[in-house]
Amino acid sequence: MFRLTRPLAVATMLSAAMFSASAIGQEPTGTLKKIKDSGVISLGHRESSIPFSYTDDKQQVIGYSHELMLKAVEAVKAELKLAKLDVKLIPVTSQNRIPLVQNGTVDIECGSTTNNTERQRQVSFSNSIFIIGTRLMTRKDSGINDFPELVGKNVVTTAGTTSERLLRKMNEEKQMKMNIISAKDHGESFLTLETGRAVAFMMDDALLYGEMAKAKRPSDWVVVGTPQSYEAYGCMMRKDDPAFKKVVDNALAKVMTSGEVEKIYEKWFLQPIPPKGLNLNFPLSTAVRNLYKSPNDKAFE
Amino acid sequence: MAYNWHWGVFLQPTATGDGATYLDWMIQGLKMTVALSLSAWLIALVIGAVIGVLRTVPGVWLSAIATAYVEFFRNIPLLVQLFLWYFVVPELLPESLGTAFKQTHPVLQQFLASMVCLALFTSARVAEQVRSGINSLPPGQKNAGLALGFTLAQTYRYVMLPMAVRLIVPPLTSEFLNIFKNSAVCSTIGLLELAAQGRQLVDYTAQPYESFIAVTVAYLLINVVVMFGMRWVEGRVRVPGYIGGK
Amino acid sequence: MHEFDWSSIPGSLPFLWQGMKVSLEITISAVVFGIVWGTLLALMRLSAIGPLAWLAAGYVNLFRAVPLVMVLLWFFLIVPHLLESLFDLPRGADVRLISAITGFALFEAAYYSEIIRAGIQSVPKGQMAAASALGMTYAQAMRLVVLPQAFRNMVPLLLTQGIILFQDTSLVYVSALADFFGAAYKVGDRDGRLVEMLLFAGAIYFVLCLGASRIVRHYQNKLKTA
Repeated sequence: MFRLTRPLAVATMLSAAMFSASAIGQEPTGTLKKIKDSGVISLGHRESSIPFSYTDDKQQVIGYSHELMLKAVEAVKAELKLAKLDVKLIPVTSQNRIPLVQNGTVDIECGSTTNNTERQRQVSFSNSIFIIGTRLMTRKDSGINDFPELVGKNVVTTAGTTSERLLRKMNEEKQMKMNIISAKDHGESFLTLETGRAVAFMMDDALLYGEMAKAKRPSDWVVVGTPQSYEAYGCMMRKDDPAFKKVVDNALAKVMTSGEVEKIYEKWFLQPIPPKGLNLNFPLSTAVRNLYKSPNDKAFE
Repeated sequence: MAYNWHWGVFLQPTATGDGATYLDWMIQGLKMTVALSLSAWLIALVIGAVIGVLRTVPGVWLSAIATAYVEFFRNIPLLVQLFLWYFVVPELLPESLGTAFKQTHPVLQQFLASMVCLALFTSARVAEQVRSGINSLPPGQKNAGLALGFTLAQTYRYVMLPMAVRLIVPPLTSEFLNIFKNSAVCSTIGLLELAAQGRQLVDYTAQPYESFIAVTVAYLLINVVVMFGMRWVEGRVRVPGYIGGK
Repeated sequence: MHEFDWSSIPGSLPFLWQGMKVSLEITISAVVFGIVWGTLLALMRLSAIGPLAWLAAGYVNLFRAVPLVMVLLWFFLIVPHLLESLFDLPRGADVRLISAITGFALFEAAYYSEIIRAGIQSVPKGQMAAASALGMTYAQAMRLVVLPQAFRNMVPLLLTQGIILFQDTSLVYVSALADFFGAAYKVGDRDGRLVEMLLFAGAIYFVLCLGASRIVRHYQNKLKTA
């Protein structure tokens, strides 16, 4: 900032003070400063997390979480009074997303990342963008309706998810003698279920509906069972950057309380989505409805 | 970089309530990696030696079959092969057999599919080393054996193989090291070997760097042990008169 | 019995082709750099200068002891940020491709150096002795007598290692860089057609690698008759 000529610096300060209440008398710091200086914001996105964040046939990033992230980007642009803000899209995986946020490659990641206390040690989370319940998918004629019926059965879940943790815990505590298969990703978990190696697949309900829509015969499958937990998905940002978090949180809260979010929900969960026109048919849950009414950044647990 | 180091994480009890610590998980993973790799290696050596020899014998049919075998297993990525063994082959079997396989304990299924996959994949590479070892022998050796009245089998058994085996020990060391590292691919189908346990540690604790480092060190340890073992073997079998010989 | 549905393939062909280009780019750069650096390592390792031989052996053993996935992970997550802080580079550049190429090249050099070392060692000692007797220096003897013979024997193995490397490029998934395999996998996962996409990818790999190894074979036979 000392390289700026004095009048320009003063003008910058003035305009910041005039147009933005949160920036009175101070230059942006942290991520906001980085974005302002470079004119670029780096967004982390997933590649096959339907319908939250994924790529279509033209390699465009789309999805429910992605659309919300773009709302936050608009807010950042307005906050910094930038005429032009370049968006850089960086694909992330469930393995590398935390390090990439920490080391500055990615400024914000909105996908299907659960906000939990272990992760809060490393990154900070925005207002939640979705709430899921962990349930079961099974073949319609399997006769399985809820978790207690899984005693002694093979059950599949995806490695590294809360479902895996809950399932293992349930197995230890209730002596259920289940054989738990941890597949690498949701696609492989579903393949394990489809090829008859497991009778049920435990996962976030929204993702189960996603897998069901992808199946060759969606009508063969059904999602059942009492939710074993609720989890909040949030956007990840670097820790200890309250100014940036505030801009993002406010943007998300505005989308939710204004009712705009319900149209976005409908677009991704109740209508056919690209690239193959799948329809998740996943009705809005009470938990999500409550989140929309009063946005917050709390982790369940 | 804003990272919270926490090495004590290894001594914490796991979040699943199974009474183990994360370190126990890593050790279980290490054992699985070693068991899988060693069993696959033994099978690969036997099959690879047979196929490798077959590729050098005069019979057209035998060497064609051996060539097809090598080309098939060598030209498809390991990960694809693993998928075929685990997800596709049981579907192609007669239904009763496929179902019987799928009814066995999941860990057994994963282990068997991984072992067969790694063994056959590696055997094709071992076969290539055996073949190039045999081919690198001066033709005079084979002719001398035959001229002495040995049958072809005897020439292989007493003249060519003892020499070839000594020549291929260094490249085989590479394959032996590879099998341990390639076994990491088996975490894809849910087998809880070293890499999978490392990934689990990341998922459960959100401490990625501790896990990367621990897994890297564990592989280093395995490989140091293998390398010292093989160096000893290499030293014993070195052929005098070659640049590598003493 | 599994039902197959191949409908995901046509729409995703442009993406798969992008992935193939990434695979080829990584393979070719890593092979070229790997052979050059690998030859140097092999010569260092066989040289009479203790520290050089010791250094090369350490390098080769270190890289051979760590799984490629781990090397790629280190080069993607940790090395770029060390460099950034050392040289004060701008943060957050997209280093995925360059870090993958660097990781592969440094890793493959260790393997190439082993192949080349074995190749040099397979040259009978008498050749070296004859060259010295003709008054050549060590460097001349290596360059003019030993290395040409060694490379001749080694070309098939070097190319075969290149084919292995081409298959291994799929490991770049750690940085979410989409090579051919990664592209196929992503489409399969997105559309719920994993088995089909992987069979398709496997078939393409098979055709390409088989073609390449036929060429290697042809070359090998030509060498024999020459």
